[in-house]
Amino acid sequence: MSRFSELLLAGCLIAAAAGASANSNFPGVGRAATPSEVKAWDIDVRPDFKGLPPGKGSVEQGIELWEAKCTACHGSFGESNEVFTPLVGGTTKEDIETGRVGAYIRQDAPQRSTLMKVPTLSTLWDYINRAMPWNAPKSLSPDEVYAVLAYLLHLGEIVPADFTLSDRNIAEVQKRMPNRNGMTTKHGMWDIKGKPDVKNVACMKNCKTQITMGSSLPDYARDAHGNLADQNRVIGAVRGQQTSEGAGGGAAAPAPHPALELMKKSGCSGCHGIAGKILGPSFRDIAKRYKDDKGAESQLIGRVKAGGGGTWGDVAMPPQAHVSDADTAALIKWILSGSPEN
Amino acid sequence: MSQITPRPGRIQRAPEGFLSPEQIREVSAGRRDFLRTAFASASMAVAGTSVARAADGDPAILTLPEHSTTLGRPVAERPYGAPSQFEAGLRRRESPGLTRVAGSSVSFSPLQGLFGIITPSGLHFERHHQGWHDIDPARHRLMINGLVKEARVYTMDDLMRLPSVSRIHFIECGANTGMEWGNVAVPTVQYSHGMLSCSEFTGVPLSVLLDDCGIDRKRAKFVLAEGADGSSMTRTISLDRALDDVLVAWGQNGEMLRPENGYPLRLVVPGVQGVSWVKWLRRIEVGDQPWATKDEAVHYVDLMPDGTHRQYTSIQECKSVITTPSGGQTLLDKGFHNITGLAWSGRGKVKRVDVSVDGGRNWRTARLETPVLSKALTRFNIDWVWDGSPAILQSRAMDDSGYVQPTYAQLRAVRGTRSIYHNNAIQSWKLADSGDVSNVQVF
Repeated sequence: MSRFSELLLAGCLIAAAAGASANSNFPGVGRAATPSEVKAWDIDVRPDFKGLPPGKGSVEQGIELWEAKCTACHGSFGESNEVFTPLVGGTTKEDIETGRVGAYIRQDAPQRSTLMKVPTLSTLWDYINRAMPWNAPKSLSPDEVYAVLAYLLHLGEIVPADFTLSDRNIAEVQKRMPNRNGMTTKHGMWDIKGKPDVKNVACMKNCKTQITMGSSLPDYARDAHGNLADQNRVIGAVRGQQTSEGAGGGAAAPAPHPALELMKKSGCSGCHGIAGKILGPSFRDIAKRYKDDKGAESQLIGRVKAGGGGTWGDVAMPPQAHVSDADTAALIKWILSGSPEN
Repeated sequence: MSQITPRPGRIQRAPEGFLSPEQIREVSAGRRDFLRTAFASASMAVAGTSVARAADGDPAILTLPEHSTTLGRPVAERPYGAPSQFEAGLRRRESPGLTRVAGSSVSFSPLQGLFGIITPSGLHFERHHQGWHDIDPARHRLMINGLVKEARVYTMDDLMRLPSVSRIHFIECGANTGMEWGNVAVPTVQYSHGMLSCSEFTGVPLSVLLDDCGIDRKRAKFVLAEGADGSSMTRTISLDRALDDVLVAWGQNGEMLRPENGYPLRLVVPGVQGVSWVKWLRRIEVGDQPWATKDEAVHYVDLMPDGTHRQYTSIQECKSVITTPSGGQTLLDKGFHNITGLAWSGRGKVKRVDVSVDGGRNWRTARLETPVLSKALTRFNIDWVWDGSPAILQSRAMDDSGYVQPTYAQLRAVRGTRSIYHNNAIQSWKLADSGDVSNVQVF
């Protein structure tokens, strides 16, 4: 059967299942969604828990899932800031009572964790369900989402260690969210006709008697973004400043090594840096360790495909089955050669 | 030029002034790499030498270049054109250290080198929440459900049969200029303001689709937009926005959206921060309450001095920035310069832009270049003769609601310094007598 007639047939079947659309303003355009289709995509959960599927999961079940699927990025206790900002930390028992995070009011929070910000428990359920784990979104069952969330709430001391979170008690737990009273919609930036919170006037002459320098770029930050000469046009009224060793004048930089593209495409850069540790070891550290090991190439290819076992620390590397054999081999060869960037 | 004496360290206008006749012969014989090297060393090394042109004229005129004396390249050699090799400096770039994971990160548009108001699609800024995909458009679907008479599904074929409109709008990330809330942090306008782009978008008004599904106008108050990517990014949009000028768009600058910008379908929410312009749009749900999604309850919330967070801050208020001269650039010389920049407002049209060269003491009104469109970038220009003394350049925009872009002092008096989002303060660029421009904040 031709592709076209297959499509036509599939379309007819769905149209028959959904029934003819009587409502359309545009005859022949679009069709009614089937109940199964709506169910498959309508996964959102609102603050009033509309959309929350029934189910349950305990803190204990959550620990196991967490270790397997969440620790790599978020740390064993949700405290890690190595990959993302911390999920847990900065909230107190008093915050749980008042629903306001004291660290904001005292202005002594070194950084803001998710539990310090999120006012609504539905937000966490919805987000874990739709987008986590990072490399396999939408792979958790509802019960697993409840369990992971129960463990996260336990890490924030919002629920006890023997707690089981379910659709029946989630509204009760909402009443213990540390920042539940910390949000406001009283501002002029939601409505297009909202009232602005600042009012400047367009003074034209002698508007100031004194100019005070408030802040300028520190010298050490001048080249933190690379050589600015290479980030500007080579003709015109201005040139970019020479802020570091570089070709200058917009001369073409040497071509990047093709493995860099492959590394990004294959998702390696999520966990590995070339020169710096992110979650896994840096590529250059790997090259250093296996410098004199003749069997390293085949051994590492195997480890990329099947997953590694914490050779560099607690974090195990998940299997990378989506990367082709040829790509894996090319990447390992490049890594062991010291990951040249050009 | 001739009446102005070159000053120490000043960049010279063109490389040929540094070349010997022998070197010029080599250049004209095709050794362009040599020319670049010579230029780079010349621009670094020149110190107070007044370089005269060859006595009988400019070698660029007197010695015919290769392109004037040889056959050029054929049509369709590059079936999809690309910028000149000499434009390689202008590209989207990440800010080192801003994020750890490139799949959830930002790249900035090179505003320092762009003209007019349209951002070339390949230089449009990027913000992804869980990486980007190049989605097969034949398999992409849009579903509309919730408070509608009939939940409906549209293929791309369906959507592209509908009556479409094309409109020019800016898109700005709510966190644009966010690194500068507390102090100066980045060197150039690319990193301070480059989460900003402007395109002509083509699509069908969302109101047309909502009507087609029979929206329940009595109960409907909000819509939820949802993406088809791994993060399935979701944002709540108020119904008055949704029924006003929001587009379900597939076109960008005359072609389909780029994958990084949501191919094959994205929401366009004029005047509202970029996160609401959901990419790879798969679903619109109509409801009666906001959803408090992750990007409305954990991120994109503005921390105020009293410790509360403002939720659902959406409208991008009036803002402007001078793009040339700007941080990290050096003026070629004293004399005439065109100060140019961009102004925009999420509430309507830009009405006026004023420019100061003395740190805000005195202002002159700039020319607004046409077109001046609602919720689109507007290009402004103003003539200036630089006398070589230090200056502080600022621009201040006003929109047709009468709102005037605030100073840092005014903004911080209300919002403190700990927010990440919605920094629309007046930007200052300090020009030193060397011609170097740098990022500063003044009061």
